[in-house]
Amino acid sequence: MKYMNKSLEELHEMLKNGEVTSKELIEESLKISHEVQEKYNAFVTILDDAKEREVTDNILSGIPCGIKDNYSTKGVLSTGSSNTLKDYIPFFDATAYAKLKEAGAVMVNKTVMDEFGMGGTGTTGHTGIVLNPWDKTRMCAGSSAGSACAVAAGVYPYATGSDTGDSIRKPAAYCGIVGYKPTYGMISRYGLFPFASSLDHLGVLTRNVKDAAIVVDNMKGIDKYDMTSWDSSKIHLADSLTGNVKGKKLCYIKEICDITEYENPSDELKEHFNNFFKAIAKAKELGMDVEEVSIDRTLLNALASVYVVISCAEATSNMSNLTGIIFGPRGEGKTWDEQTKDYRTKGFSSLIKRRFVIGSYVLQSKNQERYFRNAQRVRRLLVDAWKDLFKKYDAVILPVGSGPAKHFEGDNDMLSKETVTLEEHLQVGNFGGFPSITIPDGFINDLPVALNITGNCYNDETVLNIAYALEGTMNYKGQIAKEVK
Amino acid sequence: MGYKAMIGLEMHCEASLTNSKVFSSARNSYSVTPNENIRPYDMGFPGVLPVVNKEAVKMALKTSMVLNCKQPEYMYFERKNYYYPDMPKNFQITQETKPIPVGIYGYVDYECNGEERRVRVNNIHLEEDAASSDHLYDTTVIDYNRAGNPLLELVTEPDFRSGEEAESFLDHMRCVYQYLGVSECDTKKGHIRCDVNVSIIDESLDPEDPSNWGTKVEVKNVNSFGGVRECIKYEIKRQTRAKEEGTYDTEVVQETRRWDEETGTTISMRSKVDAVDYKYFVEPNIPKYKLTKEWLDEIRASIPELAYDRKKRYMNDYELSEYDSNILVKEKKISDFFEETVKLGADPKEACNWVNGMILSYLNYNMITIDEIFMTPEMLRDLIKLIDDKTISSKQAKDVFAKVLEDKKEPMKVVKDEGMMQITDEGSIEGIVDEVLAENPKAIETYDPENPKALDFFIGQVMKKTRGKANPGMAYKMMKEKLDNLKK
Repeated sequence: MKYMNKSLEELHEMLKNGEVTSKELIEESLKISHEVQEKYNAFVTILDDAKEREVTDNILSGIPCGIKDNYSTKGVLSTGSSNTLKDYIPFFDATAYAKLKEAGAVMVNKTVMDEFGMGGTGTTGHTGIVLNPWDKTRMCAGSSAGSACAVAAGVYPYATGSDTGDSIRKPAAYCGIVGYKPTYGMISRYGLFPFASSLDHLGVLTRNVKDAAIVVDNMKGIDKYDMTSWDSSKIHLADSLTGNVKGKKLCYIKEICDITEYENPSDELKEHFNNFFKAIAKAKELGMDVEEVSIDRTLLNALASVYVVISCAEATSNMSNLTGIIFGPRGEGKTWDEQTKDYRTKGFSSLIKRRFVIGSYVLQSKNQERYFRNAQRVRRLLVDAWKDLFKKYDAVILPVGSGPAKHFEGDNDMLSKETVTLEEHLQVGNFGGFPSITIPDGFINDLPVALNITGNCYNDETVLNIAYALEGTMNYKGQIAKEVK
Repeated sequence: MGYKAMIGLEMHCEASLTNSKVFSSARNSYSVTPNENIRPYDMGFPGVLPVVNKEAVKMALKTSMVLNCKQPEYMYFERKNYYYPDMPKNFQITQETKPIPVGIYGYVDYECNGEERRVRVNNIHLEEDAASSDHLYDTTVIDYNRAGNPLLELVTEPDFRSGEEAESFLDHMRCVYQYLGVSECDTKKGHIRCDVNVSIIDESLDPEDPSNWGTKVEVKNVNSFGGVRECIKYEIKRQTRAKEEGTYDTEVVQETRRWDEETGTTISMRSKVDAVDYKYFVEPNIPKYKLTKEWLDEIRASIPELAYDRKKRYMNDYELSEYDSNILVKEKKISDFFEETVKLGADPKEACNWVNGMILSYLNYNMITIDEIFMTPEMLRDLIKLIDDKTISSKQAKDVFAKVLEDKKEPMKVVKDEGMMQITDEGSIEGIVDEVLAENPKAIETYDPENPKALDFFIGQVMKKTRGKANPGMAYKMMKEKLDNLKK
């Protein structure tokens, strides 16, 4: 690997100086793509015919990247990692991808995900499971599993992702890289296959904070095709990374971060928190105030259920368009409803079907008040609790998950009651549409672990600058996965 | 015992006059070529998002104001979830009564058989239309041109008591929609579709008390006003008969029926027990937005003169009869045609006679609209002028009218080409009169000045010679003078 382990700025410099050409970068990226595909199964499609692009003043020009397979890409297979769309070639681009293309970016592959973004394991895609490039017996988490795997393995400097619960930020953590989802609506959702519209965000996975800022600078912008997008032309993410965070105020939540809150904490968990508090100490050294705050445990305990109810409800409706009548393989049967039933029965994995059943159940008029409406109310309470914190603090800083990547087998798939909030708190970032970034903060048994920084809506610059400063105090910036097993 | 009916309507009107569809930038236009006006949104491709058409919202709010409804502080849309092949997303973006739609709790005053009536409006909401399906012998084809067109659904309280009242209300609303510039309301293009709710109640009971209400039967998709009237009549008869025969409880059940135009009956579709649970929830892709007072005021100020006001003006300013005025204002485009003709200088009474007479019967006979007729207000003005200045007789004018439409020529040109100009030159007429007199000495002998019909023969001869072009008044006067002189 000569180039693909480098940062965007380094590559841009080399392209400008004529040390390397766009063509050579693409060739290397494609070569590694095939190796990574062989080893970890990270791609739905590898674009062997990807063409070099002219190098302009845009940092992204001529540089290869990966696009998650739920981005609609004109003329290129876009499956959402689902059998229901296994042959679907869109005739229009997602706005975010169109913007990257305009910047001169070169898509070299489409990355595997959990089917339509539903799932956090990278194991439910129709092309098979994605393996963690640090340890093949472990998962990448999901749903942006292929993107996280590929960036960590050094296929290219960045791949796009989408994040409905933690689908960018959790895989980034498990793969030892950076995962950033900006404020809701900063990047247009037009052309992103929807999972849960009120929670869906687009974002990016990179190996350093600045690259994340550069890529999102190029993806964002108001879009006439997405009414929830907003004008962010005054926000310049990459330019705002000064590294000066003196006087910024951070907080962490006692109910999540205090080891005494857990009855029989594992050594792994202790070490995870240890890493986290080392990072907190570094934050203080940078001149930031960090305080412990408390949030009602009852409210925190409701977090995961709120997510299930709202995301399943919206998903079941959003994915009703998948019938195989207008696009997708036509199901068998004599009538349209028989054909639709056959197509959906055969096309969706059992996990998705389970979620559709939950979604339909909570929306039924007899259940809606008890489940869906209550979930919306608790969502509001949680968002308000975080917004209260943002009145006093610039960001909330928390550990991601309960440790390093989980095994495919052995680790209990069901969330343990104790660590459920620890595992799922990133979802608050989706409830509130908050800008949120995950960066690696250490290793446990040679496997990466991470922390997350989440700030108030529209404060993306502050959140990124804090992450950027903190990243500078640690040694994990730009790291490429080293297989331990 | 007598019964009275309680009838409510759900009137769906396609807002056919927006440029684009309600949530997509595809053209809103009736087209015979299938699937011509579509964008990815209209076919529910993965990743598409709705974008609200401001013009459609404006039209909806305008209508809401005319219906005396309350407008919401915030605009919301809801998703109605159900599977049907004419709806590619398998949910419809619409509005529910909670939170409030574009209009709620209003009323409309309308006329039925010359009497004023009032119907309460429960709500009016804006939603997207479905595609249209054609059921062929062994297959169904879907045309997505209509999918996503803005649709206004008006829900009334059960205040109608007869099919005639419901029909009069629909006529009234068609006028309102046309005058507001919301819809052409062309039933041939499926712009108006109705669902009808009918129940009956003992005449002596108070219809305000819900505990007195009978079983409500819903008749879906009645697509003509006459159909609405007839299906109500049929349902009242059916339900009354069941009451009288003692089979009401078993025969009249809460259900959805459909109107069968051919047999003139309603047929059961499904019982309410099988009703679909639409799983409504707020559409997450459309942020709720505040309707500012300024915008609402602006919309209110843009409401044009409606049919009722126009009618009053025709009666007061032009001294037209109520009967004629009613006919003129019934279709906005007809009324506009009339107004334009008057504005161009034609006499209102004559213009009214032409529009309500020759023009309307031509449209009806040929089953076309006023947009499709070759005659323009300018041409009608010219035609009227040709009569006024005696260039042609009113009898000739009818021929000119027919020729204009037949040959697609302007009236002036028809008159010129057909040589229809009247001879009004005294010298020419005198020459012909003298000719006729010279050729008919016998007739002069038998001419009786006291007999008013005695002149007819001579005038007939003049007309024959001039092929009808001699000005009849002048010819008559001159002939009579000469004959009377000869007889002296």
